[in-house]
Amino acid sequence: MESLLEAAKENNCRLSALVLEQQAEQMELPKQEIYKKMRENYRVMASCIQPGSAPDLKSTSGLTGGDAYRMRTAVEQGKNLTGPLLGGALYRALAVSELNASMGRIVAAPTAGSCGIVPAAVLTMQEQYQLTEEECVMSLFTASAVGMVIANNASLAGAQGGCQAECGSASAMAAAAIVELAGGTPDMIQSAVATALKNILGLVCDPVAGLVEIPCIKRNASGVAGAFVAAELALAGIRSAIPADEVIWTMKKVGDVMPTALKETAEGGLAATPTGRKLHQQVFGEMK
Amino acid sequence: MNVFDILGPVMIGPSSSHTAGAARIGLVTRALLGKTPVKAHIFLHGSFAKTYKGHGTDKALVAGILGMQTDDERIRFSLDVAKKEGLEIQIETGELEDTHPNTAEITLTAADGEKVSLRGSSIGGGNILITRVNGMEVALTGQNPALIVLHKDAPGTIAAVTELMAEYGVNICNFHLARETKGGLAVMTIESDSHFVPELNEKINRLENIYSSTMLERV
Repeated sequence: MESLLEAAKENNCRLSALVLEQQAEQMELPKQEIYKKMRENYRVMASCIQPGSAPDLKSTSGLTGGDAYRMRTAVEQGKNLTGPLLGGALYRALAVSELNASMGRIVAAPTAGSCGIVPAAVLTMQEQYQLTEEECVMSLFTASAVGMVIANNASLAGAQGGCQAECGSASAMAAAAIVELAGGTPDMIQSAVATALKNILGLVCDPVAGLVEIPCIKRNASGVAGAFVAAELALAGIRSAIPADEVIWTMKKVGDVMPTALKETAEGGLAATPTGRKLHQQVFGEMK
Repeated sequence: MNVFDILGPVMIGPSSSHTAGAARIGLVTRALLGKTPVKAHIFLHGSFAKTYKGHGTDKALVAGILGMQTDDERIRFSLDVAKKEGLEIQIETGELEDTHPNTAEITLTAADGEKVSLRGSSIGGGNILITRVNGMEVALTGQNPALIVLHKDAPGTIAAVTELMAEYGVNICNFHLARETKGGLAVMTIESDSHFVPELNEKINRLENIYSSTMLERV
């Protein structure tokens, strides 16, 4: 993370521009082509919101669906507590996540379990600050760069690192994108990434009935909220005491000592609660 | 790794490791067999074994075996498609040693009796790592075009293969070798930045000490 941000500072360019440059070189493709592919990803992300917040959406298991609609309705009627920015981010994160649970078409960001966080952050920034599509697409390169650093030094899989590795990584990626979209510096990006990860450190992966639904969908909402918290702090000039690279290293260490029961096996955490077990039985007709 | 391994793939939910990654493992197995399978034996380990029903991992693996891509809207119906296409499926769960929690072993059989078996792990974000082909160690990501070359462990075999590749201007980005015994069966897995042309593969297939060379496109 450090070296990447140093390079951006040295070249006096946005992190996203640097990442696009490096990727073009690595993939031996013109920048325009890589940009277009990322734009396609962004358009798929945007296309998830409408079907994902439909009132009658139901997951394949029947356990979830319709919450994005509830949140969206509250925001559109001006009734939600935290206004259109946070409310908008929350309903969008729920929408993409609920669409995923209903076996819809989404973009893994970085995983399907955490697919609502990055789109919710960027699409909401676009709406609230009238940003261009190009700015939003470019911010996805910054988000991806953060994801690559985490993938190389820790993990993006809930089965290996718990939910911190999935929603935590997505939250850090989203925080970086938000800071860039708000015109923040590379140092602010580093602080936002560190803070987003610190605040979700240790979160376990405990899906009820083994499905990417409960509590995953709501953790996408909290993941994007955490991204805005981290970005807001960083943009105000608040530095993370622990640098991002050390937080990422810590996330790996925490994931390593996390018991298997709390790493996507549906054996511990919320999956092992009386209600969690009952829901498992409801879906599969057998007691876990 | 590139940015699209992080933001991407575009896929059908609900789980990148348990759905998209699983479909890709299925796709690689199908590509290795190189023809239509009539029987699939699937052994699931770890988190795959424990949660496959909830995540639809079985549907995703079968979808891949049937040749469906990770964003194919038919994945959720793949078990019905398999039935219609006459693909017999057996699923077993259990424990394997020293392997990633999201691992499947697949054995496919074609109508003419030809078989291929593979061990693949879904390592997060839809990315995969194939660690065994026909019982021998390999290291394949499916992210690059690759050649899987079964050969006799004999001096000069690797040189002959790589010399041909150099002739065709193919740059190797990943090379892995494993063998059963000295002088016995060995396997090279070679990943490249660029596409292999069929002609190159045919030439490799005709080399001395080569049993088979299979071309695998990026999946």
